[in-house]
Amino acid sequence: MASPLPLAAVGQVGENFFKERNSETLGCVAHPSHFFCFDWAREHIGEYGTPTLQQLELVVISVLIGFAIAFALALLAHRFRYLQPPLLAGTGILFAIPSVAFFLLLLPITGRGRETAIVALSAYTLQIIYRNVMVGLHNVPDSAKDAARGMGLTERQILWKVEIPLAIPEIVAGLRVAMVSTMAIATLAVLVHAGGLGEKILGRANLTFPTTIVLAGGIAIVMALLLDALLLVVQRLTTPWRRVEATV
Amino acid sequence: MSPLSFHPALAGFGGAIEFIFSPQSTNVTGGKKVGGIHQVLELSLAQIEVSVFALVLAMLIAIPIGLYFGHKGTGELIAIGIGNAGRAVPELALIALMAAVIGVGVFNLTIALAVLGIPPILTNTFVGIRQVDRASTEAARGVGMTEFEVLRKVELPMAVPSIMSGVRTSSINIIATATIAPLAGVLTLGNFVLNENVYGVNGVLAGAIVVAVIALIFEFGLAGLQRRLTSKGLRLRPE
Repeated sequence: MASPLPLAAVGQVGENFFKERNSETLGCVAHPSHFFCFDWAREHIGEYGTPTLQQLELVVISVLIGFAIAFALALLAHRFRYLQPPLLAGTGILFAIPSVAFFLLLLPITGRGRETAIVALSAYTLQIIYRNVMVGLHNVPDSAKDAARGMGLTERQILWKVEIPLAIPEIVAGLRVAMVSTMAIATLAVLVHAGGLGEKILGRANLTFPTTIVLAGGIAIVMALLLDALLLVVQRLTTPWRRVEATV
Repeated sequence: MSPLSFHPALAGFGGAIEFIFSPQSTNVTGGKKVGGIHQVLELSLAQIEVSVFALVLAMLIAIPIGLYFGHKGTGELIAIGIGNAGRAVPELALIALMAAVIGVGVFNLTIALAVLGIPPILTNTFVGIRQVDRASTEAARGVGMTEFEVLRKVELPMAVPSIMSGVRTSSINIIATATIAPLAGVLTLGNFVLNENVYGVNGVLAGAIVVAVIALIFEFGLAGLQRRLTSKGLRLRPE
């Protein structure tokens, strides 16, 4: 009843995906059990430049947009308490929808291409960062705020000079989680024809050739860890007094 | 005119809803019908099965390890490091690599999904136990509880929200990855998603909708479970 699905059939996913032919991998196919074929990798590493940049672009843009929106929403919710339940519910629902499904659900609305991927990735980043900003602001000790009021600061000054600086560890921790997760999910951007390293994994004629998968996945992981390390440095620089680990 | 045809975007969803409930003809297999509630349910069941197995397996492995190290207080770098590393792995690469190197099949897929699901649970369990109020554990030891009793009666209940949060994150990741399981030879709803030339845009959308619904059901279920498991005294605290 369900159609048979040999791996080769999956390679025929859409016209745009089916690019390269088997003969390219002949050099390494002789040793099918080899995990990674250095010669092939050396020859073809140039092909990975564009997808890598595409993915990096998608991630950076999405995280920036997601951060901006989440930060603004969190500040609003912090100020107007009644906004908190609906925003919490809204982000909760966004959170529950798996990344794959979210990408595709946007198809009829925004069509194929980078915009769809950016919207989906921004939404994903949004819920992570929103939650972290809220928790960060929530955890600011009342004594600090009272002291600030006692010194004569206005509410707005208290927000920007006391609350937000004290919430930075939590916020940057959330940024790290968002950055790494978004990089991993952006690999799936290929499903909405937005490019990225997923193209290299799904676009091969021979899906049982591990080297492409290891290369593409490896590049994604390395990029994610580099961005994570970068943000870790930022976190340490901005919060010499405290260490925070996000739990999402 | 159905109200769904008012806006082109909604029309797309209309087509997908139809796909879910009644078999459609397709341009490729000419004559053979695809879609329909039976096929959707069959694939959904496969996806739910493999997801539940993987999630339970991940919990069975990650929670004890997290509890042990959290209670001891050591291994923080490893626990957090595994969490970070786990987040960085692209699911697509994991499944494709598993299929290419280890082989296809439900068993391998379940293992791969469990491996994917362990990091969030491990990290959250560890952090949850570590964040338990020191005064409470000191008091417990002072009352004469053994280490194991302290863990069981004091630390574990207070860590439940954190642990369940990790489980929920894991479940969403596992369901999302189970969607691309057809790459590993296991037929799940990803079948609709990955084969657009067979099932059409309607099929792709239908797959996405059903996956989202399944994930939401899991999320509600686990949220309810979390509420049941959180002891009454802790429930008063805003989460």
